[in-house]
Amino acid sequence: MAETTRPLTETHEIHKRRFGRNVGTALCLLGFCAVVFGLTIAKVREGGLLEANDHVPRASVLPITEDSQ
Amino acid sequence: MSDFTAQTLTETRTGDPEAGFGDYVALLKPRVMSLVVFTALVGLLVAPGGTSPMIGFTAILFIALGAGASGALNMWYDADIDAVMKRTARRPVPSGKVPAGEALTLGLWLSALSVVMLGLATNWVAAALLAFTIFFYAVVYSMWLKRATPWNIVIGGAAGAFPPVIGWAAVTGDVSLASILMFGLIFMWTPPHFWALALFMKSDYHKAKVPMLTVTHGRAETRRQILIYTVLLVPVALGLAFTPVAGPVYLSAAIILNAMFLKGALDIWRRDEVMAEADGYAVEKKVFKFSLLYLFLHFGALLADAIWRVI
Repeated sequence: MAETTRPLTETHEIHKRRFGRNVGTALCLLGFCAVVFGLTIAKVREGGLLEANDHVPRASVLPITEDSQ
Repeated sequence: MSDFTAQTLTETRTGDPEAGFGDYVALLKPRVMSLVVFTALVGLLVAPGGTSPMIGFTAILFIALGAGASGALNMWYDADIDAVMKRTARRPVPSGKVPAGEALTLGLWLSALSVVMLGLATNWVAAALLAFTIFFYAVVYSMWLKRATPWNIVIGGAAGAFPPVIGWAAVTGDVSLASILMFGLIFMWTPPHFWALALFMKSDYHKAKVPMLTVTHGRAETRRQILIYTVLLVPVALGLAFTPVAGPVYLSAAIILNAMFLKGALDIWRRDEVMAEADGYAVEKKVFKFSLLYLFLHFGALLADAIWRVI
């Protein structure tokens, strides 16, 4: 029972383990964000000249006609 | 301070097995993951067409994570068996560090995450293959075959054979003869590899009542089956040499490695238990260790040929 006389503010092994777990989880989340970011960049580069639809006719997507030349 | 509080504090301070981050990593079976990463990477690198490094990295990462997820599901389901076996008793679930429910939750979430991310990063053929692999390992092998039949290793070996196929599919979006033969190489290699292990880890499988071939059919039959499966493995390994992904390095390596593996299997077959007990299963242990090198060098040779072609 001598163990119970320690001050409650003392950092115990269990707190260190919890801290380690929290740091590990944080690093995993950061890593995941980095992967998603990197993947987005890679996909955008791979996609070349893809353009999103902005609901407005654009010269770049209209068929070439004599008038447009 | 009440007795309850004092007791709780004492328990917390002396013996609480609360898990650390490493225990959750251990749930993902990192050693198995290393083999998955390597074979999937080779499958991805030898596939025609190629992909960007970032997409390739992401594909391997999530294939590995999927393998880890199936490992966590396996540890959740097999905790009772693992607790009995000396080799596995200190795993996070049987040792009480991680509650079984957490292992299940982690396994399910990581399975979903890895499949979805692989699909988004590469294509849905690769993602579907990964999902099937996780299902096959966690459900078909762990929940059904492992406790039901001595051929658990043979059929269950398919789960470990899928990574190069997934790596290949991540680039090409399909399955080809070369990727099927890479699958076949690991699939046929698994039984002799694990049965060699089972020969010198006999007491563990006996204790856990896992119907390993050594338990159900005896050790002499296991030795015979090691030889049979090694003989069947040879044409698959050599057949891969005649696909476009292989070259002279692979052919040379395959001839030497298969001759050595065949000799090892013959040595095991020729021995009986008296001989094995006398030298502490020296030959069985040697063949088991060599089998690891065998697989590593086959895939390493495929990689060497791919690099050779680029240069």
